[in-house]
Amino acid sequence: MLFAALNFPPIGELVDWKKFGPGGLNKPALIAVIATVSTLTVFFLAGRRKALVPTGVQNVAEATVDFIRDGIIMQTMGPEGMVFLPYLTTLFCFILVCNIFEVVPLIQFPATARMAIPLFLALFTWVLFNYMGVKKQGFFGYMKSSLFPPGVPKAMYFLVTPIEFLSTFLLRPFSLAVRLFANELAGHLLLVTFAVLTDTLLFHNSIVFFKPIFILPAAMDVALTGFEVLVAFLQAFIFTILTAVYLGGAMHPEH
Amino acid sequence: MSLLLAATNVTINSKEVLKGLGAVGAGIGYGAAAIGPGVGIGIVVGNAITAMARQPEAAGMVRTTMFLGIAFTEALALIGFVVFILLKFT
Repeated sequence: MLFAALNFPPIGELVDWKKFGPGGLNKPALIAVIATVSTLTVFFLAGRRKALVPTGVQNVAEATVDFIRDGIIMQTMGPEGMVFLPYLTTLFCFILVCNIFEVVPLIQFPATARMAIPLFLALFTWVLFNYMGVKKQGFFGYMKSSLFPPGVPKAMYFLVTPIEFLSTFLLRPFSLAVRLFANELAGHLLLVTFAVLTDTLLFHNSIVFFKPIFILPAAMDVALTGFEVLVAFLQAFIFTILTAVYLGGAMHPEH
Repeated sequence: MSLLLAATNVTINSKEVLKGLGAVGAGIGYGAAAIGPGVGIGIVVGNAITAMARQPEAAGMVRTTMFLGIAFTEALALIGFVVFILLKFT
């Protein structure tokens, strides 16, 4: 009856990697190192010669900085947010390169599909926006503006304050980390599922008549690879813009 | 009839039952978690398209806000996905 045995690898095998270097260096750690070094190299090479008309690598770097400035900072924080341009550019480039390794042949794993990297970035953002809020408004001013939003009837604060506390101080870093992590893991699982289907139909299929069906999951895998490039870019953008929104909200309370 | 008799002879391991129930719960749970965000993202994107069609000059701002709205709405579905992974594979 069963013409092909579908052997889906257990989840531990999909996200766990052998150590192959000193200090427990494994594939996600290697990807993170590559992301750091390649971003540094691009921006270092671009910043060395300050040509008026940019060429080559300088074009890439200037387009990225322009995108962060016009697409993210100006839309959410305004001109005062320019102090965060280096942080947001670093964040965007690091997450984008980590994500894009999902579709690079032979590596094919997004480093952000392990919880550690998104969690660290989200906690760093959390510390940063709380620090900026306390610095700009003072501790009590920041607590007042974030826990007691203006324009709410006095009696409603019994309900509103706990919800605001939960959503601002606990759920923000959690959802920021989980959003990036789950998107990347889901994309990786999707690609793996169709790759396993293709492999099963083509190589572990006892009925020759059914072999040509492998075209369908293979075509789906190709289409999904394109989709995952979009997701990688979009998730880097969303993480960065949410960081900018949180920073802007901490610096300028609602009136 | 013989099938029924055969079924009564099977001894059921409680560990396997638990595993099966976990898989059923994971599937139903993720399906339920995807309903609300699905409707929500539809509303967000639909209204963003209406806004862009009415005021094409504000398209950039609307698009940024749309992605923000999608990100907040999508978080619930993704938490559902994480719960699915936890229930199914641990």
